[in-house]
Amino acid sequence: MSDPIIQPTVGAQRESVDPSAVTEKREGTLPRGLDRLGERKRARLEQLAQATADKGGVSLVRDAFRRLRRNPTAMVGASIVALFVLVAIFAPLLAPHDPAQRFDELTKNLTVDSIPGASSEFPLGSDPLGRDFLSRMIHGSRQTLFVGVLATLIGLALGVLVGALAGAFGGWVDNILMRFTDVMLALPALLLAISLVAMASRSSQWTVILAVAIVNVPIFARLLRGSMLAQRESDHVLAARALGVKRGAIVLRHMLPNAMTAVIVQATLTLSTAILEAASLSFLGLGDPDINRAEWGLMLGVDGQRYFEVRPELAYFPAVAIIVVALGFTLLGEGMREAIDPKSRR
Amino acid sequence: MSLLDVRDLSVVFQRRGERPFTAVDEVSFSVEPGQTVGLVGESGCGKSVTSLAIMGLLPQRGNKVTGEVNFDGADLLKLRPDDLRDRRGRDIGMIFQDPLSSLNPVIPIGTQVAEVLERHRGMDHKAALKEARELLDAVGIPDPTRRLKEYPHQISGGMRQRALIAIALACKPRLLIADEPTTALDVTIQAQILTLLKELVDETGTALIMITHDLGVVAGLCDTVNVLYGGKIVERAERHELFARPRHPYTHGLLNSVPRLDSPRGERLHAIRGSVADNIPWAEGCAFAPRCDNVVDACLDGTPPLEPTANGGDLRCNNPVSEEVAVP
Ligand SMILES: Nc1ncnc2c1ncn2[C@@H]1O[C@H](COP(=O)(O)OP(=O)(O)O)[C@@H](O)[C@H]1O
Ligand code: SF4
Ligand SMILES: [Mg+2]
Repeated sequence: MSDPIIQPTVGAQRESVDPSAVTEKREGTLPRGLDRLGERKRARLEQLAQATADKGGVSLVRDAFRRLRRNPTAMVGASIVALFVLVAIFAPLLAPHDPAQRFDELTKNLTVDSIPGASSEFPLGSDPLGRDFLSRMIHGSRQTLFVGVLATLIGLALGVLVGALAGAFGGWVDNILMRFTDVMLALPALLLAISLVAMASRSSQWTVILAVAIVNVPIFARLLRGSMLAQRESDHVLAARALGVKRGAIVLRHMLPNAMTAVIVQATLTLSTAILEAASLSFLGLGDPDINRAEWGLMLGVDGQRYFEVRPELAYFPAVAIIVVALGFTLLGEGMREAIDPKSRR
Repeated sequence: MSLLDVRDLSVVFQRRGERPFTAVDEVSFSVEPGQTVGLVGESGCGKSVTSLAIMGLLPQRGNKVTGEVNFDGADLLKLRPDDLRDRRGRDIGMIFQDPLSSLNPVIPIGTQVAEVLERHRGMDHKAALKEARELLDAVGIPDPTRRLKEYPHQISGGMRQRALIAIALACKPRLLIADEPTTALDVTIQAQILTLLKELVDETGTALIMITHDLGVVAGLCDTVNVLYGGKIVERAERHELFARPRHPYTHGLLNSVPRLDSPRGERLHAIRGSVADNIPWAEGCAFAPRCDNVVDACLDGTPPLEPTANGGDLRCNNPVSEEVAVP
């Protein structure tokens, strides 16, 4: 507060509205730099939490769905997501070969500076070990979907637990939990994920999933807490209290279900970041060491990088696949966010 | 003995770093069993805060409630939170202004009615749903079996308020507090809801506190009327007395600003000049003084006391409207 000029604008705006909010923030134990890093993320979560406050549930979802369907970018995102999910589910049917099998026709032509390209039997050619590149790309979608969904679900479950505790109890429980999430939000997500994976003794796909999940816990926790607090002030919760409904039932039946709308939107957005984060970890060699597993991040990081001069497609395809899929989830998620909160449209 | 006896109820809001604000200022009134009592005043005069204080529903922090709320021999303000919670919904029901936002959007109507029955009457869900159907039927919701499974957004505003009335009366409370129950509804629906409320409280013998800014609502419903201004009661009278001979200049002004069927054609309505923003603090005099036509010197010298009138009411005014002046 001593130097208002270097305050971030968010803080400055808020100050004019409600001075107590800023004092509260500054009481935090975080160093100022870190605090500011998390500020933008927090403001965004706050907005999403508020969006579902007054009106919730079925009518909100129905209206939002109508708006979503009229939003072309969201529909592009939805199409990408749908296509990706279908490919992942039907990968064994779509892929012409076993992704782990090394073919003699391919291995015999492998040299340090030549990898067999497209042929009628192998439409995208070979990978550096003589396996069918197309089949590996197709099977890679499974791995990406699996890791992304699982990491998101675990992160969501833990985050919802933390956020619900904070939102239901308030007071010092809330304070401690939220300080904790503040610290985690202030760290760049990938850096945090790398540190977490590095702490594991042996890396596997589970360490990746868990690391990515943990990175997303504070996001869900913050968001759910915000919408729970908004719910606590809502008319229908007041009406339920006026009926003598018990505290546990108010939290579980009246606050939580209504607060989940925002969380579901966030989950879509998180799928996109989770996929990117998981791919990044694999790219950096921090993922599953099993070379037979077809994984886009790994394909890009190991084969793509090493043989970029020889066959750049080995890098291009997985890179494009990761980007397009992440983009699909982002477009859909942003569309959903806009649909439930028309105010957020820029 | 009165069913509800509110004594010197005050609510002071005190936020960190702000000046304390007295929203309800030593309000006293009582409700007899089966009686309908009006709490009338402009928006912001403390009606809702009074009702929330009675129910113990004010936020836990940032306010101070003093006085007594004696209900059925117990002071609700001193009750343990659990005991008070057991009484809410069972002994005292409440209806709020906005029926849409007062219902949980993600739970079907039937389950919401059933919830209060399960909570206070120990019914299992199936029995409660059956009873819920009867209750919806009793408040005049057509096709109640189908409505049980519908969500709040699927039914009309009037029907939502009927459902909320069914919920509030489900456990046959002895007191119902209705906080502006018709304000958010269409004019045509308003009358229906008021008629329904009147029928139900007459039928069940439930006492009713009718909170409203609309004297028209009071006219057809209330036995006794308390007029609130700036957090204080300024006039209390029997309904007929109040409408025939309003003594407080504020009440008089309110009545003059309501269109009446028997007033001459083309006559203009007289709105009270100024707004609540002009109020002076009660400590300095009569809060209404800046807007009052009858103001005298004494009005700016301390709070006028609330004194009994010859007609059995109470009045807080130094220079009341004379009894002979009938409302035009
Ligand atoms: N939680 C609160 N914190 C601070 N002030 C409040 C709070 N609730 C109500 N007030 C103030 O108390 C006064 C009375 O409000 P209320 O009882 O809602 O008026 P009404 O008569 O329209 O129902 C208003 O000036 C309002 O600003
Ligand atoms: S006390 Fe004085 S200012 Fe207040 S209403 Fe009566 S006459 Fe008017
Ligand atoms: Mg009110």
